[in-house]
Amino acid sequence: MMRARGLAFWLLLLPPVLWLGLLVIVPHVEIAVLSFSERVGPRLYEFGFANYLEFLKEPLYWRTYARTAIMSVLVTAITLVVAFPVAFYIAKAAQGATKAVLFLLCLLPFWASELVRTLGWMILLRETGLVSALLQATGLAAGPVELLYNDGAVILGLVYGGLLFMVVPLVNALDSLDFSLVEAGFDLGGSRIDVLRRIVVPHAMPGIVAGSIVVFMLTVGNFVTPALLGGKNGLWFTEQIYAQFITRFNWPQGAAFGLLLLVLSSAIVWIGLRLTGQGFGETMRRG
Amino acid sequence: MRRPPLRGPAIQMTEIADLSLVRVTKRFGAHAAVAAVEFDVARGAFFSILGPSGCGKTTLMRMIAGFETPDEGDIAIRGASMRGVPANRRPVNMVFQNLALFPTMTVGENVAYGLACRGVARGEQEARVRAILSRVGLGEFVDRRVTQLSGGQRQRVAIARCLVLEPTLLLLDEPLGALDLKLREHMKIELKRLQADFRTTFVYITHDQSEALVMSDQVAVMNRGRFEQVGSPRALYRDPASAFVAGFVGDTNRWDAEFAAADRVRLPGGALVAGRRFGTASAGPATCFVRPESVALAADAAALAGLDNRYAGEVVSVLFDGANSTLLVRALDGGFELRATLPQTGALAGVEKGARVQFGWAADAARIYAA
Amino acid sequence: MTNRRFNLALAGALAALCLATGAEAQPLRLLTWADYAPKDIVDQFTKETGIAVEVTLSNNEEMISKLRATQGSGFDLAQPSQDRILGPQQEFGIYKPLDLAQIKGEQFIASMLEATKKNTTVAGKVYGVPHIWGTDGLVVNTKLAPNVKDYSDLCGAGLENKVSFRTKRPTLIAFAFAAGMDPFASYGNKAAYTAMMEKVGATLAACKKNVKFFWEGKDPLLAGLRSGEIVAAMAWDTGGWKLNGELPDIKFVAPKAGALGWIDTFAIPARGRNDKGAYAWINFNMRPEIAAKVAASAGNFTASKGADALTQGKLKQQFQESFPQAAIDNIKWYPAVPAGIEDIEGKVLDRLKAGS
Repeated sequence: MMRARGLAFWLLLLPPVLWLGLLVIVPHVEIAVLSFSERVGPRLYEFGFANYLEFLKEPLYWRTYARTAIMSVLVTAITLVVAFPVAFYIAKAAQGATKAVLFLLCLLPFWASELVRTLGWMILLRETGLVSALLQATGLAAGPVELLYNDGAVILGLVYGGLLFMVVPLVNALDSLDFSLVEAGFDLGGSRIDVLRRIVVPHAMPGIVAGSIVVFMLTVGNFVTPALLGGKNGLWFTEQIYAQFITRFNWPQGAAFGLLLLVLSSAIVWIGLRLTGQGFGETMRRG
Repeated sequence: MRRPPLRGPAIQMTEIADLSLVRVTKRFGAHAAVAAVEFDVARGAFFSILGPSGCGKTTLMRMIAGFETPDEGDIAIRGASMRGVPANRRPVNMVFQNLALFPTMTVGENVAYGLACRGVARGEQEARVRAILSRVGLGEFVDRRVTQLSGGQRQRVAIARCLVLEPTLLLLDEPLGALDLKLREHMKIELKRLQADFRTTFVYITHDQSEALVMSDQVAVMNRGRFEQVGSPRALYRDPASAFVAGFVGDTNRWDAEFAAADRVRLPGGALVAGRRFGTASAGPATCFVRPESVALAADAAALAGLDNRYAGEVVSVLFDGANSTLLVRALDGGFELRATLPQTGALAGVEKGARVQFGWAADAARIYAA
Repeated sequence: MTNRRFNLALAGALAALCLATGAEAQPLRLLTWADYAPKDIVDQFTKETGIAVEVTLSNNEEMISKLRATQGSGFDLAQPSQDRILGPQQEFGIYKPLDLAQIKGEQFIASMLEATKKNTTVAGKVYGVPHIWGTDGLVVNTKLAPNVKDYSDLCGAGLENKVSFRTKRPTLIAFAFAAGMDPFASYGNKAAYTAMMEKVGATLAACKKNVKFFWEGKDPLLAGLRSGEIVAAMAWDTGGWKLNGELPDIKFVAPKAGALGWIDTFAIPARGRNDKGAYAWINFNMRPEIAAKVAASAGNFTASKGADALTQGKLKQQFQESFPQAAIDNIKWYPAVPAGIEDIEGKVLDRLKAGS
């Protein structure tokens, strides 16, 4: 009997251990080991920190790194600001079928792949595209307007791609907000800002944090959108990783970049949690 | 039939009422949830609006608080019209049915919320929060989370949160509904004490007549969007102005009957009851009310000789409840049943089911309303 | 993952059973460029030999990366450019030597075969034979940008936000030539090559104001040229000729500094399992009538002797217009890229793309 229970326990433990071990830990350990090897000759590698030193010495790399971090934080913030009213409307104002339809509308873009969505934006924003034509037709622009290939287009595309992942946890969090709390907030003399800042936002905090983490992670790790919508001056850090792995055949450097990106995103999430006074475990349970 | 506007007994007209409503109407579609309601609440009064669920009392309260706008009429607080004044600008605060304490805040933060919104300095906020919390007996709970409090404590936080703002008017929307019976009884006294202590005008809505009667200076009985009667609890109890009030306020026996004469009705079982008639109609269907405590019980008929209505009956059941004990009695030849208060000190104190008793009441104690 | 692979295998097995034809032969797994293995050619090959062909489309860098990741397995035949075999082979060992006895050498244009063999020889062994060749040059809308005659003209005035090129090594090489330098001559001297590339990098950085976007896939580039958003670009000849067929104003121009000549090869991955099929595909493809069809599909010319004569009129005519004899003589053929050169170029390109 005891033996059987022990066996069942180990069998149940097997899938998560395999999952974590094979798909998370082993690849990362391998990447870490790879990142500490330097090429000394054809097919000859030695242990060393050259790849990390290269990152520090070459402004190109850490500038891209910083740029990716700053823009990802910005994208996350904009996504939050855009998603919040949408989520509030879905959670508190819409009823029954309307609610389902609105949710579906948020979901709809995700039936197409990210590549198709991004190409859609390109069609809209290019110089001979729809928006440019509209601006000219309405007389707001004298000639063709190029809206693509700049940071604005990248942010737009990324916000669009992250919206759903922000709306869902926010709706979840706001659903449980008793509307009488909002009324009480007004009744006790609060302005709209007061009610939003002191009652609604604190209530939605687990959703905000969960959504922000997801959107931030997706944004930092995005490749297609910045590559296609980005300007000739804008490189995303994932593009550097891709370049090292695929076009430069420099796996150790790519591995070092990959690890640095992991450290960067973890650090920013940690700082975000610190600043908002939220615990990671708590967020994941409630969100 | 349009009733003349009902007003409470004379209040000092020299003083402006804290709250006055003038022909306030609110419609939802074709249905008038509140129809031409008018009343004044004097400064420092404990005013209750009593009515069954769906009578429009919640809508009325939400209009006073500013969450709904009247379709017609006006609401004035201390003489100032509230038309176009949003909820957060009114000198009115509300204790919600579910209390609506902010779960993300501590007790102290809940109470400080309104002060913070007004921009009161942090130091003063803290002093006022501590002062009010100790007045409601929660001085040590400032830093507790509201989820850690008992039902009664939460109640007091909700009230303190409003009173710290020193509102002209405190609205209470059935705040005792969620409490268990013992605590509710306790909180009735507590609320009354708080009101006396703070001298703030309370407007209290409830469907529980006992809450209204025990605590209020004035009670308005509301039915189908209208006020049936406004008066002191005693006046409502003793002198209900309508069949609805007679039936809703206090314990009573109620029969559907038929006018037999101007001041006499016939019950469905055939018994004739003499009573006092209210209203003008004196023929057709009528409703007759007799309070249990107006019914005299005796072992032999001679003891009831002075009463207008006398019957011989049989005890159907004894509803023992200490001082509130009653008997359920069936009239032997009239075919009706009624409840009668059973004094625990008299000769009949030990009466059993099936026993023969004599019962009766004065014509003055039976109230007849045309139906 | 395993499950999915199993399902795929199952589906593949079922499909093979249904087709039945070449069931006994192993399929040939081909890693190649778009348009190099058109469907009718594949079908004909399968009919003749009973060998099915699985085509995977790629480009030079991805071919090397894919084969490197698997240490040369997963594919039976690859088509890297001839200059991109030496370095990766030295570094990663992803190819196996060709058995030239299995290849019908007489089907090739002799000079091209010899040149390719020479460039792809590592440690005395030959790793590649030529298949398709073409050039990098300028695709120009001659009406909107009549003055673009050389690579450096892309950076000229009046073309702000209207040109495009790739952030890849051909661009560096081209602009080096346009500036009067000879990058190929410096392949052996890393310091000199680094200095040269830094200089080219600076030129290109200054040119960025003219760049609308750096193109990656040819389709967005062609779309840009078609709509007139782009008026001149450094691109492959075949793209230019394709557009020329639609819009006569757009032409492929052999730049003054010389078009860059490339040759895509056949090379066998180190752990390929179907060498027999690979050699069969090579010999099949070099047959003049087959090569002519592939040339028409790819829009380029092949190394097959005699296919030229079978090529249809339009392509030939476009070629002649773009390449007078002097321009042909001026084509700069890529020599093999030694290991390490691409690291130098890579950093310059990264900086070009990221920097501002």
